[in-house]
Amino acid sequence: MTNRLADIQQELMGTFFEEAVEALTQIESGLLALEKCQDDPGRIHELVNDVFRAAHSIKGGAATFGLTQIAEVAHHAETLLDRLRSGSMKPNAQITSLLLSSVDTLRALVQWSSSGDGSDAPATDALCKDLDAAAQQLGAGSERDTAAASKPASEVRKARYQIKFVPKPDMLTTGNDAVRLLRELTLLGDTKVIADTSRLPGLREVELTKCYLGWTIELEGAVTRAQIDEVFSWVDDDAEIKIDELVERSSAAAAQSGERPHDPAARAPEHAGDRDGGGSIRVSVGKLDMLMNMVGELVITQSILGELEGDGPIDVKRLASLRDGLALLARNTRALQESVMSLRSMPIGTVLSRFPRLVHDLSRQLGKQVELKLSGQTTEVDKTVLEKLGDPLTHLVRNSLDHGIEKPEVRRARGKPETGTLSIRAFHRGGDIVVELEDDGGGLDLVKILARAKERGLVGQDDVLSDEQIRELIFAPGFSTAEVVSDVSGRGVGMDVVRRNIKAIGGQIQMSSVQGQGTRTTLRLPLTLAIIDGQLVGVGSYTYVVPLLSILESVEINRARVSQFEGKLPLYRLRDDLVPIVSLGGVLGVTTGRMSLDSGLLVVVETDGERLGLLVDELQAQQQVVVKSLETNYEHVEGLAGATILGDGSIALILDVQGIARLARSAQGSSVVRAA
Amino acid sequence: MEQQGSTKLDGTKTASANEQLLTFIVDGEEYGVDILRVQEIRSWSNPMPIPNTPHYIKGVINIRGDVVAIADLRERLGLPKLEYGATTVIVVLRVNAGGHERVMGVIVDAMSDVTNVPQAAIKPPPTFKNSAEGSLAKGIVTLEAAAAEFGGRVPAAV
Repeated sequence: MTNRLADIQQELMGTFFEEAVEALTQIESGLLALEKCQDDPGRIHELVNDVFRAAHSIKGGAATFGLTQIAEVAHHAETLLDRLRSGSMKPNAQITSLLLSSVDTLRALVQWSSSGDGSDAPATDALCKDLDAAAQQLGAGSERDTAAASKPASEVRKARYQIKFVPKPDMLTTGNDAVRLLRELTLLGDTKVIADTSRLPGLREVELTKCYLGWTIELEGAVTRAQIDEVFSWVDDDAEIKIDELVERSSAAAAQSGERPHDPAARAPEHAGDRDGGGSIRVSVGKLDMLMNMVGELVITQSILGELEGDGPIDVKRLASLRDGLALLARNTRALQESVMSLRSMPIGTVLSRFPRLVHDLSRQLGKQVELKLSGQTTEVDKTVLEKLGDPLTHLVRNSLDHGIEKPEVRRARGKPETGTLSIRAFHRGGDIVVELEDDGGGLDLVKILARAKERGLVGQDDVLSDEQIRELIFAPGFSTAEVVSDVSGRGVGMDVVRRNIKAIGGQIQMSSVQGQGTRTTLRLPLTLAIIDGQLVGVGSYTYVVPLLSILESVEINRARVSQFEGKLPLYRLRDDLVPIVSLGGVLGVTTGRMSLDSGLLVVVETDGERLGLLVDELQAQQQVVVKSLETNYEHVEGLAGATILGDGSIALILDVQGIARLARSAQGSSVVRAA
Repeated sequence: MEQQGSTKLDGTKTASANEQLLTFIVDGEEYGVDILRVQEIRSWSNPMPIPNTPHYIKGVINIRGDVVAIADLRERLGLPKLEYGATTVIVVLRVNAGGHERVMGVIVDAMSDVTNVPQAAIKPPPTFKNSAEGSLAKGIVTLEAAAAEFGGRVPAAV
């Protein structure tokens, strides 16, 4: 019995730690966003509220599990945030950085608590003092009692309430503790609590995880309805709550106040911890809908097969429909399987979200000004790949800030804007995930790299190396060109580890650089399973998939707007732009009735900054498709990102727009239709 | 429909000294392949053509969710083309290529038989320089009719 309780506790704690880490990330990004929108009070208010809520749920959860240090720090941070929330004071840089360091401390505390290795807890006293001092500075009003609710007390009048609180039996599994709620009520005013034990079953039937009790609470004090609501705000869905204000004032009520069920000195923090029950996988609703659809189809198939049941003779007709039904079942099952697999993929943004903070801190530390641009955060990556991507990317970002982007004065001298730019882009290309980091810093200094390599004995003193070989040197173990070994980088464990990690997940890393202009690092991560949004297009009798991300628009072709030059791709005048037309049928070697540019549809795509009009016969559905690599059983084919299997079991090839552009350029305007 | 015409050949036994071959016919000649490499035999279904590939790669087909390329053995061997018809079959083979197992289909005219061949009876193929068959055939065995036997290297070379 005790074991089981301990297990439950352990499991709930695990969930709490996971959620705390998420909440901290949320706080962090909120704070960083705050710095950027100093002039928009509405937005500030919104952000502060978000941050406050996140801090609040950490505090609640921590208190529930008796993690006092976490609760303490969260509480102090929350007090400061509350001041920001209620006051007209704008958060300044000092407060933001103070709050950011609280995030760090909290993160360390969460780490420490979850590891449970018995080492000393990270120090928190100084931080709490700083937070308090800042809160005091901010708060025009009096120092508030830690246990008091966040609403100002001035407008509150004395009132009496009768509260009926009947938790559903499984409320405890969502991490809510009735006792804590009651305790909180007692902090609001004088209470009389009557327990209702009528639901209590016999001792044999009692399940530890179920809540059988209900309570009727009489509460008297300077309390607003809103305050009571707030106490119960986490358990709204898990309990029956009825709050009535008692109009008549009983003089006896004061006398009853002594019968508190618990000593308020036990000092419970404000609110009960909130947690959604159980699991720790977060799945988009869209994916769940997809899964649901497939289950729906499975049910239909089942009913088709079900009709075959019966005593009738097994004739050819029944056999045929049995066969059809089974084929359908096979297809449904496969689709279902793929759909379930797709639950494993997560947006890469979950990894990228740590970089704004990293860049913020590092650039300060290094005395540089850096703007970070992220794009493609929604690109989906298999969870296993994602987990191994964080560290290499962090290395690369650090490297770029440390070695790449120059100090403001150097940049000014070189005629560049003082603020450097680091862009991180993630996208699908050719069935791979590509993550590109590009900075406009100094680029790789080949002379310095070679000198360093010679110094380290990585190459012989008299060796002559090509630029390519020199670039390759930075991936050598033990190589680092940082002049001073800082805690940012320079310990020589950088690029070789990055490359090894990327290779370990079957990826590639490439680096290109123009000295004085910047460096671009490209990570290619192969994906056995990636799901893309695709536009199905018909060419001849075949269906192809164009990744939706690359499509700008689709237009019906108008002959008058086409201009053709010998030996060049025909051009289409699209508003003020000239867009080269590529006949997909021609590039793909498919015979189609519409090769004449007189009819058909033009799907305008963008690749590498240039536009291209793909001539197709028809537009079909837009849908998510599972990318199947052609390499698995065959080999890479130029112009194709892979293949997918459509609902009817047929195969559609997924186009790699970039590759198509290359193919079209190499064929330059020849509209020759090759036989398939 | 996928299920049509596919026959699982798992569980076939081989005697240690014998090699069991699945034989099939291409342009009137009998060819064989190690039966353990055969995943299944399928009836003809139209493949999705892949652009910019050798002429004998006819495209890809869907085999229970796997995208599998199929090659026409006639065209690979430089034999005259034949209309695909009711007896045309696709032999789906598992092959080792480049360190990992791949699945690919080979289009043949018709299936023939399963034959036990003593390993000793497999003779090395005559060597001709630059001949495709040289790299495709593992050996030749004399049955009632002459039959060339293909080994594991076949599809890798295709």
